[in-house]
Amino acid sequence: MALIQIRGLRKTFGSVTAVAGITLDIESGEFITLLGPSGSGKTTVLRMIAGFENPDEGVITLGEEEITHLPPFDRDVNTVFQDYALFPHMTIQENVEYGLRTRKVAKAERARQALEAITSVKLAHVADRLPHQLSGGQRQRIALARALVLRPKVLLLDEPLGALDRQLREEMQIELKRIQREAGITFIFVTHDQEEAMRMSDRIVVFNEGRIEQVGTPEEVYERPATRFVAGFLGVSNILEGEASRAVGGSGASISIRPERIRIEPDSYKSSGEESALVGLLTEVAYLGANTIFIIEADAGARISVTKLNQELPSQNVRFATGDRVLAVWRKNHASEISV
Amino acid sequence: MSRWFSKNLIRIYAAIAILYILLPIFYTIAFSFNDADKRNIVWRGFTFEAWLNPCEPIGICESLGNSFKVGITSTIIATLLGTMIAFALGRYNFKGRSTTNLLIFLPMATPEVVLGASLLSMFININVGAGLVAVTIAHIMFCISFVVVTVKARVASLDPKLEEAARDLYANEWETFRRVTLPLVAPGIGAAALLAFALSFDDFIITNFNSGTVNTFPEYVWTASLRGVPPQANVIGTLMFVIALALVFAGQVIGKRKLAKKS
Repeated sequence: MALIQIRGLRKTFGSVTAVAGITLDIESGEFITLLGPSGSGKTTVLRMIAGFENPDEGVITLGEEEITHLPPFDRDVNTVFQDYALFPHMTIQENVEYGLRTRKVAKAERARQALEAITSVKLAHVADRLPHQLSGGQRQRIALARALVLRPKVLLLDEPLGALDRQLREEMQIELKRIQREAGITFIFVTHDQEEAMRMSDRIVVFNEGRIEQVGTPEEVYERPATRFVAGFLGVSNILEGEASRAVGGSGASISIRPERIRIEPDSYKSSGEESALVGLLTEVAYLGANTIFIIEADAGARISVTKLNQELPSQNVRFATGDRVLAVWRKNHASEISV
Repeated sequence: MSRWFSKNLIRIYAAIAILYILLPIFYTIAFSFNDADKRNIVWRGFTFEAWLNPCEPIGICESLGNSFKVGITSTIIATLLGTMIAFALGRYNFKGRSTTNLLIFLPMATPEVVLGASLLSMFININVGAGLVAVTIAHIMFCISFVVVTVKARVASLDPKLEEAARDLYANEWETFRRVTLPLVAPGIGAAALLAFALSFDDFIITNFNSGTVNTFPEYVWTASLRGVPPQANVIGTLMFVIALALVFAGQVIGKRKLAKKS
C-alpha cells in the first residue's frame, strides 16, 4: 500500500478553485516532485498534506491513518519552507532543537541530536549564531536540518531552492538528493522549475489549473507526454495535428515530437518504414553555439522546429540553407500521441 | 569655508535640532539644584537642598504616589486589553473589523477637554463619582488606543510562516503563542506599555476633571504654579528623566548581552 494516498482532493478559495479534485499515491522512500506553473495548485496540495489548509472534499491517508483534518502538530510530516521560516529570536541550535523540545525529548539528548543534524549539513560552526547572521544557502540547510532531526515519515519541501543563486542551487540539488537517499525518507518536492524536477525526482506529478496532467518518471513525462500542456511545459515540442498528423500516418490525433529527435534530409531522401517524414521549406537557420535551430514550414501545414547539436564546426556543417526543400525525418517510436 | 559648510550641513542641522529638544530638559535638571525662594524662576545659587528633602512641600509625594498608582494600574490593564484587540484586528477577519479599526482611533481624535468633561458627568451619573478609580478607568480608555496601534504594527510585520513552522514542528496553539508569537511581538508590547505609562503619568486635562479632591503629580504642579513651583518638582522631573533613560539603556545592554552570549 502506498505511504500517502490522496483521494478526490478539492480546495477552493472564495470563487477560485485551487485544487480541482486530485487522486495520487505516493510510495514510501520516493522522491516525488509536484511540478507546475504558479497557481497550478501544487503548493496548495502540499499545504493540505502538511495540515495548513483544510480540504473542501477528499481524503488524505498517511500509512494506516487518515490525516485529512488533523492539525499540523498531529501529523508525522515536516515542512521545509520556501523562505526557510527560521525563528529569528532563537539560535541555530535552538531552532533545530525546537521540534525535539515540543516532543519533550530530554535536554541533553535533544542537544546531541540537534548538533548531529547541524553537523550533517556541515554547519556545526554556526550553531550558536542567529538566523540573520547566516547566508541564504546556510539558512536553507538549517531549515532542512530542523525538519530532518525529527525523522519524519515524509518531508515536504515548498520550492526550497527558489531563493538561491544558480550555482548554490545546483549544489543543493545534489545535496538534497544525497540526504534523501541516505535517510530513506519520502520527499515531496514542489517546484516550477522543470529542469530541477527532471534532475532530482523519481517521479514527477505535472500540475495545471488545479488538476494533475500526468504522473510518471522524468523519462516517461518527457518521452511520452500525455497532454499538450506536459509536452510544452517540460522542454520544447512540435505538435502535429490534423492534416500534418495524418500525413505521417497518424489517426489525426495530435502528435508530439521533440526538436532534437528530428533530423533534416534532402527531399530526395527515401525514409524507411520505421521513420516518419514531412516535406517542407527550410525558412530559418539559427546558430546558437552549442546548437543550431532549423525551422521548417511543412507542406501539410505545420511549423517544425529542429535542434541539431553542433558536434562539428559550423563552417563544415552547412548542408542546408534557407529556401531549400527538405525533409524532416524522425523515428516513429520517438513521437507520441497526446490528448487535448 | 563654504565647502566645509555644505559638507557638514547635516551635522550642523542635527546639532541644532538636538539642542532644541534637549534644552528644556537641561533647564529642568539645572533648576532642581537652585537655591530657590518661593518662585523657582531666577537662578539664585547651587544647593542640594531640594534633592535632600524631596518630600518637603506638602502633598508633593502623595500626589506622586497617586500618579504611580493610576499609571501602573492603567498601563497593565490597557496593555493587556490593547494587545488582545491588536491581535484580533491584525490576525482575524471578522464582521465589523474595519469599523473597529476606525473606532479605536476615536479617543485619540476627540479633544481631551470635551472628553474630560463628559467623562465626569458620566461617572457621576453611574455613581462612580470623581476620584482615582474614575481617573484610572479614563486612563485605561485612552491608553488602549495607543497600545492597539503600537502592537498592531508589530503583529502585522510578523511572518505568518513562522507560526506555521512552529505548528509543523509539533507545537500546539498555546506553545506556538508562548515560544514564537509572543517573544517576537514582545518588543512592541513593551514599547506600548512604556507609552501607556508615559501618557497616563503625564495626563492633566482628563485627570483634572475626574480626580475630585485627590491630586496626581501633574495636578500638584499645576496647582503649585499659581503660588510658585518648588524645586522639588524639578527633582522629581529629573528623576523620571533619569529612570526613563536608564530603562532604555538597560534594554539595549540586555539585548546586546543576549546576542553576545549567543554568539
